Amino acid sequence: MNALMLLDSGFTERLQQKFYSNFILENRYTYLLNGLKTTLTITLLAVLLGIVLGFLIAIIRSTNDITGKLKIPNFFCNIYLTVIRGTPTMVQLLILNFIVFASSNNKLLVAVLAFGINSGAYVAEIFRSGIMSIDKGQMEAGRSLGFNYLQTMIYIVMPQAFKNVLPALGNEMIVLLKETAICGYIAIQDLTKGGDIIRSRTYDPYMPLLGVAAVYLIIVMIMTAGVNRLERRLRNSDH
Amino acid sequence: MTTNDALIKVQHLNKRFGSLQALTDINTEIKKGEVVVVIGPSGSGKSTFLRCLNLLEVPSEGTILFEGVDITDKNADINMHRQKMGMVFQHFNLFPHMTILKNMIIAPMKLQHKSEKEATELAMDLLKQVGLEDRAMAYPSQLSGGQKQRIAIVRALCMKPEVMLFDEPTSALDPEMVGEVLEVMKSLAKDSMTMVVVTHEMGFAKEVATRVLFMADGKQVEEGTPKQIFESPQSERLQSFLAKVL
Repeated sequence: MNALMLLDSGFTERLQQKFYSNFILENRYTYLLNGLKTTLTITLLAVLLGIVLGFLIAIIRSTNDITGKLKIPNFFCNIYLTVIRGTPTMVQLLILNFIVFASSNNKLLVAVLAFGINSGAYVAEIFRSGIMSIDKGQMEAGRSLGFNYLQTMIYIVMPQAFKNVLPALGNEMIVLLKETAICGYIAIQDLTKGGDIIRSRTYDPYMPLLGVAAVYLIIVMIMTAGVNRLERRLRNSDH
Repeated sequence: MTTNDALIKVQHLNKRFGSLQALTDINTEIKKGEVVVVIGPSGSGKSTFLRCLNLLEVPSEGTILFEGVDITDKNADINMHRQKMGMVFQHFNLFPHMTILKNMIIAPMKLQHKSEKEATELAMDLLKQVGLEDRAMAYPSQLSGGQKQRIAIVRALCMKPEVMLFDEPTSALDPEMVGEVLEVMKSLAKDSMTMVVVTHEMGFAKEVATRVLFMADGKQVEEGTPKQIFESPQSERLQSFLAKVL
């Protein structure tokens, strides 16, 4: 029955008609294209911010774990982690937009900050687990050669830790990309919002929303492939 | 300094881990060119003593003078001193993400600001001496245990240290690989490198040591030439230890 419907020429005609009205008519595809650009911009900048923040916090937290030093910075890092991981991203985005940066019109910047600060908390714990997974003999070997704590971290511990956490880090980026879909709530026209605008014009939910989902899926698949490739390249030192 | 001076002087060294007294009042001197072998039963504090010498363990009390400088002092630049104290670990601790050559040249390049060419020349020269020059581009995981430990020794030597500390360097090796590592250590001793060796290899102690230090229960029980220690042990503790291991 269903197979017959698919072969029905009236069905393909309707499909073409819907594709035309949702994407071609009035250049509606530009909602998706511009939305995608916005989504990717926010994701990329937020990922960078998240990695920088996460890296710094991971260094502070693991230094505290290993040496017992940096008690006060560690205390503040803990507060940050607790608050960020204990509240919804959406609420954080709204607070940043309507309270912290209420007077700012640069919505894009607000979104980048919100998602970057949010991601930083998760990246920090990912990095920290990576650092703690490295045998303490590596730190001792580095120190015994005369490297100071930070040099040993940077030259010896971090590169190994990074390799170990790459899958988790890639996963965090993918989560972040999808999470940016909520930025329509502060009136940013991202990919999701773009699809929703088309839906509101054509009263057809199928084409625009399934199209948006397909675009996210493709981007995520590309990211996954990229992370896998990097992982394979970094693995050449273990056999 | 003259060759008669102590390179390392340990005074009233105490180390506690919580309520556990790991070391009690250790006093000794290590002179230039000496090979001091530390023996004793497991848990006697041998490794802790060795690790205190380069402050991988921070002493609870006492001082350690290295080249006349108190390195337990808070203002001492321990990173500078450690550059002159090579250390070899039981589990090798090579850097798995670097090639053998990179393992060896990273510290001289970053810490002594040697050019890559200069550091590589020294490293290749040392690799040749231990017969591993063809493994320069290999990664540690591609090497056998004995090869790894020989690399760990020459990695430390790349910094041209004044003293080499060995923490049970053959304890994690398959029996047939112990010999090749001991050979490297013997030739180092022959080149009059100052060495402090914690080991269970009594043969090595007898043959190579200029002085043997026997520790038990965190205390230095007896000290002397290999002949004194192995042929006429004074304390009952040492006699019973030797009866078990020889």
